[in-house]
Amino acid sequence: MAETVLTNKRRIELLEMRGIVKRFPGVLACDQIDFTVKSGEVHTLLGENGAGKSTLMKMLYGLYQPDEGEIRINGKVASIRSPQEAIQSGIGMIHQHFMFVPSLTVAENVALGLKTSFGSMLDLKEISKGLSALSDRYNLKIDPDIPIWQLAVGEQQRVEILRAIYKGADLLILDEPTAVLTPQEVDDLFRILNQMRQDGHALIFISHKLHEVLAISNRITVLRDGAQVGMIDVEEATKQNLAEMMVGRPVVLQYDIPPLERGSVRLELNQVSARSNRGNLGLNDVSLSVYGGEIVGVAGVSGNGQQELAQVIAGLRPIEAGTITVNGQNISGKSPEKMNSLGVSYIPEERMVDGVIKEFTVAENLILQDHWREPFANNGLMLNFNVIQDACRQAIKDYEIKTPSTETPIKSLSGGNIQKLVLARELARNPQVLIAAQPTRGVDIGASEYIHQRILAERETGTAILLISEDLDEIRALSDRIIVMFEGRIVGIVERKDVNIQALGAMMAGVH
Amino acid sequence: MSIRKRPNIFRGINVERLLDLIPILIALFAAFIVASFLLIALDANPITAFSAMFEGAFGSQNATAETLVKATPILFVAIGITIAFRGGVINIGGEGQMIAGALGAITVTLMIGESLNWLVIPLALFAGFIAGGIYGGIAGFLKAYFDVNEILSTIMLNQIAVQLMNFLLNGPLLDPESGGFNNIPKTARISEVAQLPRLAIFDFFSRTRLHYGLIIAIIIAIIIYVLLWRTTIGYRIRAVGLNQRASRYAGINVERQIVLSMFLAGGMAGLAGAVQVLGLNYRLQTDGSPAGFTANAGFNGIVAALFGGLNPLGAIPASTFFGALLVGAQKMQREVGVPASMITAINGLIVVFVVSSQIFILRRTRRRVGEAIGQMDDNHTEKLKEGEN
Repeated sequence: MAETVLTNKRRIELLEMRGIVKRFPGVLACDQIDFTVKSGEVHTLLGENGAGKSTLMKMLYGLYQPDEGEIRINGKVASIRSPQEAIQSGIGMIHQHFMFVPSLTVAENVALGLKTSFGSMLDLKEISKGLSALSDRYNLKIDPDIPIWQLAVGEQQRVEILRAIYKGADLLILDEPTAVLTPQEVDDLFRILNQMRQDGHALIFISHKLHEVLAISNRITVLRDGAQVGMIDVEEATKQNLAEMMVGRPVVLQYDIPPLERGSVRLELNQVSARSNRGNLGLNDVSLSVYGGEIVGVAGVSGNGQQELAQVIAGLRPIEAGTITVNGQNISGKSPEKMNSLGVSYIPEERMVDGVIKEFTVAENLILQDHWREPFANNGLMLNFNVIQDACRQAIKDYEIKTPSTETPIKSLSGGNIQKLVLARELARNPQVLIAAQPTRGVDIGASEYIHQRILAERETGTAILLISEDLDEIRALSDRIIVMFEGRIVGIVERKDVNIQALGAMMAGVH
Repeated sequence: MSIRKRPNIFRGINVERLLDLIPILIALFAAFIVASFLLIALDANPITAFSAMFEGAFGSQNATAETLVKATPILFVAIGITIAFRGGVINIGGEGQMIAGALGAITVTLMIGESLNWLVIPLALFAGFIAGGIYGGIAGFLKAYFDVNEILSTIMLNQIAVQLMNFLLNGPLLDPESGGFNNIPKTARISEVAQLPRLAIFDFFSRTRLHYGLIIAIIIAIIIYVLLWRTTIGYRIRAVGLNQRASRYAGINVERQIVLSMFLAGGMAGLAGAVQVLGLNYRLQTDGSPAGFTANAGFNGIVAALFGGLNPLGAIPASTFFGALLVGAQKMQREVGVPASMITAINGLIVVFVVSSQIFILRRTRRRVGEAIGQMDDNHTEKLKEGEN
């Protein structure tokens, strides 16, 4: 099998999707979309959440069937009814979430998907050899005999790519592959993709990070609300015109941030340590001051203590050592409710788990912390229905939340609209300190811009803001100072004027 | 973007809601069809059997009254189960809590005797509520603070309650007049002032066993409905039941809500026990088996709560329905000679079918919301287009 893969003869020279229509109850997910990709190019699908990118690709990978339109491979109509048929036709897909058995080796994981070779030792060696050859060719640096759980996220992604190529994928769909990577890992990935492109693979890249799209694509197709907005060559594309095509209106990418007017220290952490869920010191001897009117960005690869940092300040995680003060008042070990009343607002990272109760209505979610306070409740007992409705309608209006009514279960709304509601709730308290963890993750550009503007407005009012994000662009666009976390410690502090993306990346990777 | 025409969902939304009932009715019908096959297999004519059942449940004033008498404790328990479920706790302890409530009520009643006149009934009911509440609260406490699975603990507590009742009825609470040689362990009869009056609406239901317990249960159902959806207490219980992490983030004391919801659930079952004593038997008696006093109301209440859509008001018709099944079963057994355990099978069939039909209602709701959001997007887009022109 490995031999057929290593030859340069491609089974897919040209893939065309013509007039694709897909309807779901109440939604037209894809409306007459034409999309072509040919051997030796990277064609990017760009669009906000819900624009139809995933639906389109799922039809190509056989997970959905189009209601109208046709898919042609090398000019011949192809019907792809299942992922198996897609793989047989030479189409591979790298999902956002990797699909491995962690305790098995790379080679064993690859063998799992192959029908004929299940479990046999001879085949495993064969597979191992084939994988090594491919790994060398694309400089993937993967040892086929190492168990998956020992690999970092970026390496696991390379295994996914390796597996797809090994199975004979000529056309590879990469669904937001950079979402989980550090800047360095993104560079590595792009080198690999370039090599594959030169080898004649056809690549479909899905992303909403504009600078990455510009760096890797040959052509870019933009989708919005299920319809095709346009297709342009990378030479004609700029961040600005791509963003406008995505959102459908002019978008601000660079914010005008007024000069810093530092107030007094609002939030201070003094040698704080805390255990992570795994029991080790997830937060190790962290000292940090955030001043009023200042945005401090916390950069770092996911899982290096950012979540623990946010949780200790919000009162959701006990601290092992050190003190936390808000406006000079020691609040170490206080309850979330106490933190609330001291003016600490927290936009949690996992919005659907911590930030809202999915089954509750929009109105019920708006009063999550304050449901027992006046004016939402009389005497702390009877909920004041009309007041809650009015407050909710006001929040919907002020924050441009798209919802059919105040009584809609919040899980029916889009990520951006849910986040706007969380923001409305947290800012209504006029916080002294705002902890914003991944405030725009999974949120489309239009809503992201809005959320950023709101955070900046909060800065203007003198709130001390701690912005935790894995999106370096976001951190750089908003922060007055950037701290970098690695393995639970602060490994670097950079002022806005001194930011250097390479240096930041190195610190995030623990090289300093 | 294309503009799609959709039916206006805001017009006639009530019709839409009513249509939600159709899957339930179809499910009921399907359950009876399958039950018919079981009956045919037992050489019984399903039509005769079901009409005997209906006759037995609603055929006369007395039959209807018996149905409601059976439904009363089921309704109390179902209200309690609803609270527990909404609080994220699966309470299998209705039986034990009912017994605890009955023991509390009978002890207080016998202690007071006739001295306090009309105050006896409220005090006895209160004692039943508190006793059942504490008994349920134990399981809630163990779950909240020691992470003890509530399904296990409530089942165990059921066993303990039965044995405690048997011990008390054969010793301290034994009817002094019947002596120690009675094979039906029972307490002394309660005084007349402690007895819940019979419920007769003019002539209707006179000379039946129907008592005011039913009215109390319905009033409590309304109170609990208000508690769950109109008060901060209910808000917190429901929040914890749906998402503990978000509740904690919101500053809600999660452990306290778990204990509270189990206390209230136990209290409701306790009232069921108290009402059986005060309104029906006028004493606490058992045959020594787990179901000897409760007649399985503690378990039937779970099914009724689910059937009622985990809504205290929905529990009212649901409990009546199960009361009717139980009473009707006896008549069916007499008329067509099938074992009464058939009714357990029919019960099970109904639960399976109705629970399965929920998926259709869910889909309808989802589509409704999806269309509403889609339409809103259209309006939004139209507005944007107008703005451009």
